[in-house]
Amino acid sequence: MSTITIKVNGRPRKIAIEGGETLLEVLRVQLGLTGAKRGCNQGVCGSCTVLIDGRAARACLHLAGLAEHADIVTVEGLASDGELSPMQQAFVDAGAVQCGFCMPGMVIAATALVAENPKPNDEEIREGLAGNLCRCSGYVKVVEAIRQAVHSKGTAP
Amino acid sequence: MTATTSAVGARLPRLEAAGKINGAARYTDDLARPFMLHGAILGSPFPHARILSYDTSKAKEFPGVEAVITAEDFPYLPLGAIVKDETILARDKVRYVGEPVAAVAAVDRQTALEALKLIDIEYDELPAVLDAEQALAADAPLIHENLASYFKIFDCRCGGNVLSEQSIAEGDVEAAFATCDVIVEGEYRTQAQAHAYLEPCGALAEVDDRDKITIWSSHQSINRVQANVSEALGIPMTQIRVITPRVGGGFGGKMEATVQPLAAALARKTKKPVKIVLSREDDFAMMRTRHPTRVWMRTGAMRDGTIVAREAKLLYDGGAYSDDSPGVLAFGLYMARGPYRIPNFRATGQLVYTNKLRSSGFRGFGNPQVTFAGETQIDELAERLAIDPIELRLRNAIRKGDKWVGGQTVTSCGLAECLTRVRERSDWHARRNAAGRSIEGRRKGIGVTALAHICGVLGTSAIIRLAEDGSIVLNTGSVDIGQGADTVLAQLCAESLQVDVSRINVVAPDTDATPYNWGTGASRVTYMAGRAVAGAATALKQKIFEHAAAMLECSTQDLTLAPGGIVAVAGTDRKVSFFDVSLRSHYGVGGPPIGEHAFVYDGEPFDPKRSTMVGFPFSNLGVHMFGAQVVEVEVDEDTGKVTPLAAWLSHDVGRAINPLAVEGQIQGGFVQGLGYALCEELVWDDGRLTNPTMMDYKIPGTLDVPLAIETIIVEEPEPSGPFGAKGVGEPGIIGAAPSVANAVASAVGVRIHQIPLTPERVFDAIARS
Repeated sequence: MSTITIKVNGRPRKIAIEGGETLLEVLRVQLGLTGAKRGCNQGVCGSCTVLIDGRAARACLHLAGLAEHADIVTVEGLASDGELSPMQQAFVDAGAVQCGFCMPGMVIAATALVAENPKPNDEEIREGLAGNLCRCSGYVKVVEAIRQAVHSKGTAP
Repeated sequence: MTATTSAVGARLPRLEAAGKINGAARYTDDLARPFMLHGAILGSPFPHARILSYDTSKAKEFPGVEAVITAEDFPYLPLGAIVKDETILARDKVRYVGEPVAAVAAVDRQTALEALKLIDIEYDELPAVLDAEQALAADAPLIHENLASYFKIFDCRCGGNVLSEQSIAEGDVEAAFATCDVIVEGEYRTQAQAHAYLEPCGALAEVDDRDKITIWSSHQSINRVQANVSEALGIPMTQIRVITPRVGGGFGGKMEATVQPLAAALARKTKKPVKIVLSREDDFAMMRTRHPTRVWMRTGAMRDGTIVAREAKLLYDGGAYSDDSPGVLAFGLYMARGPYRIPNFRATGQLVYTNKLRSSGFRGFGNPQVTFAGETQIDELAERLAIDPIELRLRNAIRKGDKWVGGQTVTSCGLAECLTRVRERSDWHARRNAAGRSIEGRRKGIGVTALAHICGVLGTSAIIRLAEDGSIVLNTGSVDIGQGADTVLAQLCAESLQVDVSRINVVAPDTDATPYNWGTGASRVTYMAGRAVAGAATALKQKIFEHAAAMLECSTQDLTLAPGGIVAVAGTDRKVSFFDVSLRSHYGVGGPPIGEHAFVYDGEPFDPKRSTMVGFPFSNLGVHMFGAQVVEVEVDEDTGKVTPLAAWLSHDVGRAINPLAVEGQIQGGFVQGLGYALCEELVWDDGRLTNPTMMDYKIPGTLDVPLAIETIIVEEPEPSGPFGAKGVGEPGIIGAAPSVANAVASAVGVRIHQIPLTPERVFDAIARS
């Protein structure tokens, strides 16, 4: 058992590591950040997507012990002062949110996509979200939400 | 928003959407209780075996383990929505690979999983029945030897491995076929589809100081969970409370018990809270699937395109346990005529046990299977008659006032409008004429489906009350599984009482707090719970008016509701607010106003003089919903890959209470249907599921779905519906498979009678043609 410090949503957090814990387990169980979900625990569904150093990553495939010094942002870190980020707000307004289980991962993936490519076209949006499964929406309104977010002038998602 | 006067029809985002997008929403696995244990379940390694002995001693001694349970820890207490053929842990025999045989509670999940490996169970393997045809063979091994003695809520006509035999007949089928100019006939096969909700099944159970169990779980019905736990553990409902956190999708798979009885049993045994959340692999292997089917069908028509007869024979594979299956078969028979005026019709069905995962209700409830057969066959008929497929459907389309199979009157019907709208929006004739041209080995095609479904069934209720501050408390017991029930019911309540949606407290379903609702299924919440809400709001309004009339010294007849929770004397500026009424009623006279409404679906019953219905478990079903779906595809002749390019989905919803949510249901259902049409299939090898992971069982992702999906809402008001509304939960999924198959046929000229239309299957069909 060792203790390491990881940076989550801008704050240093001490976590206890035995060895095999995934970042997803640590976030959910030790830190109480339950936004990232366990949908498959196999890196396929994308429900556990978080930002690691600005890039979308599967928390279920990352060992927490290797995250020392990494800058991690979970869905809980997207809103500021209780205000949803423009991307989050676009998901709400477009009606993209149904059961919501995939949504934390989905909106993180969308945030990462737009950070890298501020004006993605539809094809790029589809590719950017190809690793995030949703069983409710059929993706139509998810793509619409991202389209709206990137075309709403002046606001960085 | 300006919801006060127009809550109905508003494109309102989900009330809880912000919490779902910022991580605040709590699903079952996000919950914890002090000193909570974690449960894990051991599944059967054999599809069919006798259990000879258990040795759980090593597991019990494993550090951190607090309880190990098997069937030996319980008296025989069978479960089943219709036929009580199942126990929460296998007893005497196992009947499918993955069937729960033992469960462990331990200090953490890892310890519980480790302990499972220490449980030693001795089995005597039996020959297994692995498909429906084999189940019917004279020498097939018997899966349920005691089937005759099981308790059944109706006579489902069972015997051997047959769980139910049912039929519906109207008119004179033989005589009608003898007059037909054209008859088409074929056999159609559909596969097992996994519900694949993103949130795996889970439950957290805790026992209090009066031995009452509280359960938080991922479910579609608090009342079905309560009933199942009561039956499984032999304890009264008074000792069971079921609470609803956020639910990550259900689609039919969470209607009956999942892991709640096991979590409850472990909590009772350990006197500590126990949480069980299935791994994805266990969820695939242990829970439920859509029925694999074989449907034989023939349809006959006159040269002018008038369809006069149809006959169908259905074989549904129910898997190892009955669950909702007899109802699913019945509904398949009920929908097998299709949404057409066909005066002579006969459908017979068999539902059989096999040694596989139990089949259950799944969005569409037996209808996608028969509609795949029926709508493929209508296209085959159109080809033979040389009539345009949409034209043929329009000529035979059922209309308002017609009788459905069984004799129920169709009280609202937008089918013809749905068909003409998709024809127009898809530029049908131009695309149809262009279909089949080969461009660099790729051919485009376009196909259509006409579809129907019902919304209704069983009981529901609502209680609406005026709170102390003049706001409204809405209790319905309707579980929002993600489809938007909370929002839509709040909109109906807001409209009925002329208050803003933000003034309504939608109470989370809780068996200790909310009135009875059978559950979220059968596309019924908007229609059934919506009717209950409208009725309860009317009752509450009357009580509010009685107070207001006394306060304003007028008759209740003179009063009218004004936006914002105001009761006014019509034509004057004299008024009181709901808050004023609340103060009077809570502290002065009369008591706090409460309105309630409860009913069981009350539509026309089946007419035995018109239809012969044998073994049918329903006396009525619901009101009819309609739709038409057109899909354009491209087929790669070199690989057989089918790519959906565009879709036009027109659905008659009566009245769209929330068009944003309606579109979401249609789009989401359709994309599940694309998965069913093209790629999703649970595959067993020697009784073992070969693809129980998200990696190997592929559901559609963004790259598999066309962006050009146009939803077209048709509003043909249903007289009995709340503000004219009908349901929309299931219809979206129904048309995808036949539309895609019909589009493939128009592209490459081959008819494929089996889904999914995998590249291999399409390539082989093209090669053979």
